[in-house]
Amino acid sequence: MHELPVTENILKVVLRHAEEAKAVRVISVSLRIGELSDVIDEWLQRYFDHLSRGTVAEGAGLLVERMPVVFRCEGCGKSFHVNIREVRDVVCPACGGGKASFVSGREFFIKSIEVI
Amino acid sequence: MTGIRLIEIKEGILADNDKAAEEIRKQLRSRQVFMLNLMASPGGGKTSLIIQTLRGLKGLFRTAVIEGDIDSMVDAEKVAQEGIPAVQLRTGGACHLDAVMVDMALREMDLFALDLIIVENIGNLVCPAEFDTGAVKNVMILSVPEGDDKPLKYPLMFTICDALVVNKTDYLAMADFDMKVLKERVLTLNPKIKIFEVSCKTGEGIPAWTQWLREEVEAFKR
Repeated sequence: MHELPVTENILKVVLRHAEEAKAVRVISVSLRIGELSDVIDEWLQRYFDHLSRGTVAEGAGLLVERMPVVFRCEGCGKSFHVNIREVRDVVCPACGGGKASFVSGREFFIKSIEVI
Repeated sequence: MTGIRLIEIKEGILADNDKAAEEIRKQLRSRQVFMLNLMASPGGGKTSLIIQTLRGLKGLFRTAVIEGDIDSMVDAEKVAQEGIPAVQLRTGGACHLDAVMVDMALREMDLFALDLIIVENIGNLVCPAEFDTGAVKNVMILSVPEGDDKPLKYPLMFTICDALVVNKTDYLAMADFDMKVLKERVLTLNPKIKIFEVSCKTGEGIPAWTQWLREEVEAFKR
């Protein structure tokens, strides 16, 4: 729903780094986004295509690496992946424990860009 | 030579907003003003909870409200009827408030003359979760008719909040809503979250909520 302001921020950061690197063209932008985020990759790309027109980033592809939601079992200490939107309860697959703490899945950053 | 180069960036996508939010928190800290960001679905009871809260804390703090609304003044008018200053931010379609918008509202206020600012965010459980407003505490409302499965659908919102107010408990008898299951789900995502069961209609549970807020504001100002 809020892909437009998110994409504006991505483009701003990308253009700043491209300029510093004296790049003539940005080929791709690698993003790392946790599964807890609701942004939709396809809309990011569409807005990016639109906003980047006439800049060195025009035509660049967004490569989104989705980071899984990971919990750590408080009983046995094992970390495990959880499909957060489908499970009813978070249960450790190793020991069956029901107490687990949230480890990752909220990432939201720009990893790198490929430029010429 | 025009080879392809890889440039490491490792920068937060919303770093600009996060920076603006930190600036706001710094300013609030120096002025000793506690700011609460209240989020919920449309119709969850944000304005009703604000009005109940204003009544519950009457005379204790110098309070103001920032109202985020897509395109109306209805909520600000309701708050103004309580004798509380309200600044309306018409977002004109944006689905959330961000730190820059909140800063615009803060510029309209005399921070030296306030103890507490309540920000009513846009009705939405998705976007407001991503954008830090600069608030000292984040609170969300989940109303009983929305269902106990919402932590699964909007997990991010539940992980960023300091407190959850479960509103419309007067509907519990009519709804397929399992409070125990809800609490388990919420506490799994966020073990530190405080949960309050209230009905803004009957007033049930409101004192425990306002007591918590009162203690938070007092602790902040100490």
